[in-house]
Amino acid sequence: MDTDRTDRWRGVVERTWRPVALLAACLAIWHLITVTGMVEAYLVPSPAKTFGLLVDKWSYLWGHTWVTTYETVLGFVIAGVLGVLMAVAMVYSRTIESTAYPILLFAQVIPKIAIAPLFVVWLGFGFEPKVIVAVLMAFFPVVISTVTGLKSVDTEMLELAATMGGGPVKTFVKIRFPAALPHLFAGLKVAVTLAVTGAVVGEFVGSNEGLGYVILQANGNMDTPMLFAGLIVISLVGVLLFLLLDLAEKLMLPWHASRRGAAVTTLLAKGTA
Amino acid sequence: MSTTLGTTSAVAIDDVSVRFQSKRTEVTAIQQVSIDVAPGEFVSIVGPSGCGKSTLLKLVSGLLKPSSGTVTLLGEQVRGPRHDIGFVFQRAALLEWRSARRNILLQAEMRGMNSAEAGRRAGELIEMTGLSGFENALPHELSGGMQQRVALCRALLHQPRVLLMDEPFGALDALTREQMNVELHRVWRETGTTVLLVTHSIAESVYLANRVIVLTRRPAVVKEVIEVDLPAERDYSATMARPEFASATAHIRDLLGAVTGQD
Repeated sequence: MDTDRTDRWRGVVERTWRPVALLAACLAIWHLITVTGMVEAYLVPSPAKTFGLLVDKWSYLWGHTWVTTYETVLGFVIAGVLGVLMAVAMVYSRTIESTAYPILLFAQVIPKIAIAPLFVVWLGFGFEPKVIVAVLMAFFPVVISTVTGLKSVDTEMLELAATMGGGPVKTFVKIRFPAALPHLFAGLKVAVTLAVTGAVVGEFVGSNEGLGYVILQANGNMDTPMLFAGLIVISLVGVLLFLLLDLAEKLMLPWHASRRGAAVTTLLAKGTA
Repeated sequence: MSTTLGTTSAVAIDDVSVRFQSKRTEVTAIQQVSIDVAPGEFVSIVGPSGCGKSTLLKLVSGLLKPSSGTVTLLGEQVRGPRHDIGFVFQRAALLEWRSARRNILLQAEMRGMNSAEAGRRAGELIEMTGLSGFENALPHELSGGMQQRVALCRALLHQPRVLLMDEPFGALDALTREQMNVELHRVWRETGTTVLLVTHSIAESVYLANRVIVLTRRPAVVKEVIEVDLPAERDYSATMARPEFASATAHIRDLLGAVTGQD
């Protein structure tokens, strides 16, 4: 039992020391740049000043963080549901696939920041335009990954299902959808980070709350410590949501995650660094 | 509908041709093939690679429609995917998120079988195929032979009267393959299922079957049907050593050599 536990801790340390060390190195370089005066303090605030501000202005930041997180999660969930439904429709109907693909691609290549003002004109300064931009950002990777997942099912497995006589619904529920889950999760992970961007872009365009608003305000006031603090909090929101999905994936797909150990750590390292 | 054939045969392939349409040309895969399989019989089908052996099994299961001719399974003409068969492919085709036992039970879930009955039956099959102790293992934790045993159990769960096997042991090493042959022989004797086996192995085709059907290369026609003159109870090594076995395998090898050396 005891050796088990020490082994586990050794494993955790082994997996986390590299990203932690890299993070520490980045902080150290940041610190050195500001302490030596290589860059003026009003351009790049020191880490100490930035984190001090994070603590001092916590309640102010917390309210705005909550707004951005709410918009992000709502946009992500809507994109997830719509994306999966869209993918299922496209996989089961060639007509829908050929009809929807060009529009889907068109919607994806339009710069979201360019159409965001339109949503503000239509829907005002509330949370709706931000959610819509987040949905638009997150929708595409969900559709593409789910379509890939649903199509990657073994043809022999589908033939076998046909001889079992379960019908299309049972075949989807028991074979096709579970087989697509690893792909779906890969898409969801990309989507959630894009949803954060979408929400912030929405806030840039027209808003009086949220982290995007905080950054714009700080920008206007040349308040670089607050700018940095806002950036850090936005990143943390993205990383946290990503890690939640990663955890959900591990719980739901132990059969898949178990064979992929190393890849997860590299993803985590990318997420935190 | 050919009821006269249907009442006596488990599987009746009657004057069947299959043509595939490729870009500009039409390829004939199978030409006017007729095969009759009696209930409880074990029939092996051998032939050169790509001659359409697998296509025959797809015709019997209804996954593919013949261009002409009729296929009758258990007295009823095949018009679409049939549910009264068991199918084993070369690859085990297991769901990687399900344990061995739950992969076997997929058959029951898809069919809406009584779960208590299916569970009992799965237990019997697991024991019969030597999977005991591996019920809860995931496919990637099982060897190739074990995976194929799971696929066999899944194909037998609903007690099909006809079992179709498409090179089921083709991906296994020689030793595992022999073990699987011995087990399949025993399972066949115990269940009395009609088996149609497509294989590349001449030894396997003779050891297991009552009859071996030799097909020619594309377009496949039946070259010869060999009655296997071996006792019903077949010990592996003893069977291999019998002169009847040697002459049958030599004859099939000659046929295939002649068949493949045609042009």
